[in-house]
Amino acid sequence: MAAACSATGRLPMTDAVKIAVRNLYKIFGPHPARYLDLVRQGVGKQELMAKYDHVLALNDINLDVPANRIFVVMGLSGSGKSVLVRHFNRIVEPTDGRVEIDGRDVMALDENELRALRRTRISMVFQRVALMPHRTALENVAYGLSIRGLPQHEARSHAADWMRRVDMSGYEDYFPAQLSGGMQQRIGIARALATEAEILLMDEPFSALDPLIRTEMQDMLLRLQAELKRTVVFITHDLDEALRLGERIAILRDGEIVQHGDPQSIVIAPSNDFVGEFVKDIDRGKVITVGSIMSPPNGARPKAKLADTTLLEDALVTFAEDGARAARVVNAAGKGVGYVELADVVQAMKAPVAA
Amino acid sequence: MADESWWFRFPQMNEDSLRALERAFDDGYADFSGAYGAGIENFFNPLLQFLIWFDDLFTGAPWWLIIALLAGFAWFASRSWKLVAGVTAAFLAIGYFGMWQHAMSTMSMITVCTVLAVLIGLPVGVLMARSDRAQAIITPVLDVMQTMPSFVYLIPIVMLLGIGRVPGLIAVVVYAIPPVIRLTNLGIRLVDREVLEAADSFGANYWQRLFGVQIPLALPNILAGINQTIMMALAMVVIASMIGVQGLGQPVLRAVTNQYFALGLFNGLAIVALAIAFDRMTQAYGRRLQRYRQIAND
Repeated sequence: MAAACSATGRLPMTDAVKIAVRNLYKIFGPHPARYLDLVRQGVGKQELMAKYDHVLALNDINLDVPANRIFVVMGLSGSGKSVLVRHFNRIVEPTDGRVEIDGRDVMALDENELRALRRTRISMVFQRVALMPHRTALENVAYGLSIRGLPQHEARSHAADWMRRVDMSGYEDYFPAQLSGGMQQRIGIARALATEAEILLMDEPFSALDPLIRTEMQDMLLRLQAELKRTVVFITHDLDEALRLGERIAILRDGEIVQHGDPQSIVIAPSNDFVGEFVKDIDRGKVITVGSIMSPPNGARPKAKLADTTLLEDALVTFAEDGARAARVVNAAGKGVGYVELADVVQAMKAPVAA
Repeated sequence: MADESWWFRFPQMNEDSLRALERAFDDGYADFSGAYGAGIENFFNPLLQFLIWFDDLFTGAPWWLIIALLAGFAWFASRSWKLVAGVTAAFLAIGYFGMWQHAMSTMSMITVCTVLAVLIGLPVGVLMARSDRAQAIITPVLDVMQTMPSFVYLIPIVMLLGIGRVPGLIAVVVYAIPPVIRLTNLGIRLVDREVLEAADSFGANYWQRLFGVQIPLALPNILAGINQTIMMALAMVVIASMIGVQGLGQPVLRAVTNQYFALGLFNGLAIVALAIAFDRMTQAYGRRLQRYRQIAND
């Protein structure tokens, strides 16, 4: 079974950590610091709201964001996911805790260092796009570069290049109001990518788009990411989107991380009823791979062969076509790593396993 | 029953004390203006020279040049031939009915007042938008400036600086500046928070935020404020003619004191024509600035 992480969110040693979040607390209200100790002693979100009129947005978050991957933070509205990522570039100041990027504490940066961080290393895409309405599409894409002080013509030619990469060539001189929602978000993405920042924060960028456009945009993001390999932190409230894009997923509820791991581990083993409820209706055949349900090689050598990355859905097709009832599972190198039966596949596709 | 008269008559302060208080106030201010009036007048002398120079520029320029410039500005602001024609016709009529010189004096005065009001008002509005405390302090001051009958603050200005263009200018600016300040403040406060957050997230500093995002997006509101300021300055110029401001207000004042109905009407209409021309031009310009907000349906 693939590595299922614990709810604390530490990564296996193999992945380089880009962003590390340690004991992060955020309380909204007139006197956040006053209630920090209460929260540490276990006072929950509801109680803090009812008794003290303060909002507990983030409660002891610990998280490792791996480098060069798409990391999804999922949660319903009010779960604290937008607030969490806004700590990464310090648009929001924490009540307590640390956020480290490449081992450097973001909270310790002075004003100039912070600005340099935002200009060169982190960029952001917003749910409501937040383009500058008085600038043309091209000028919007060039925004981060012109803020940085790049000469006008350089910024523009660079921006034109990024417009091409998000398939928006020809719209350079349009104003945002003249573009559709999907087109605006392409510009928003180009604007964020154009600064060449290693880290890309995406705050529900596709949530406001209709489903067809959303899928198109997800494809574009995956295509770009395959080439660019940025560290992407992607927020969504949509589990399908999370599973489609995320190489790792953290699920947030009421300001706490309730589960953290790769997509399959979350679908196969939801850590509690809340997550279970989420993944109940998921098409498991499209998420779970043979590799995560196989049993160890047992000496049997069935004729059929499946790659460990085969989705259950596709495994069924193979079983049906070959008329086989069991298959050998091989890894990318062609080495046998396990054994799987048709019954296992069917079982894994239908029954949500309560943890 | 005399003891209970306070029940029906307001128990006001003693008449003599009141008079003494007023006298103390007046004397204090008279002493102040006696001591510093000359100095303050000297301080404003460059402004006076500029006003005279600017007035000469307008009244001395050939009439056709002025009309051509105004028509050009109308075209630039609106791209509408109707407005260009209207503005041209209005100024031709003003000239034809013998009010050219006065109208030019008024225009020069309005121009200086508006520029001054914007130069002072814009930073104040920015400050108000930036800090709630500044807003809490400045708002009541603006309320006083707008509601205090204008004749009342003519008195101290005249006591201090006498009669002339500079006191007139100050009176007009004090009266006309509140809309620029208020609408600059409002416009900046109405700027979409997400757009500002975007600017922040890309590392914009304070000035890049202000001049790159806040002021451009607040510009339609700021322009509405400038428009209001021009209108109020025009209204005040007539009153300020009482303390020696040149222009269309002078004949109006003469008409009022001598019951010259036609003179008053003509000059009054000239002020109306100026007001409408400037109003339409600034509004059209404001609309053109907002073109980017319109969704193209081509």
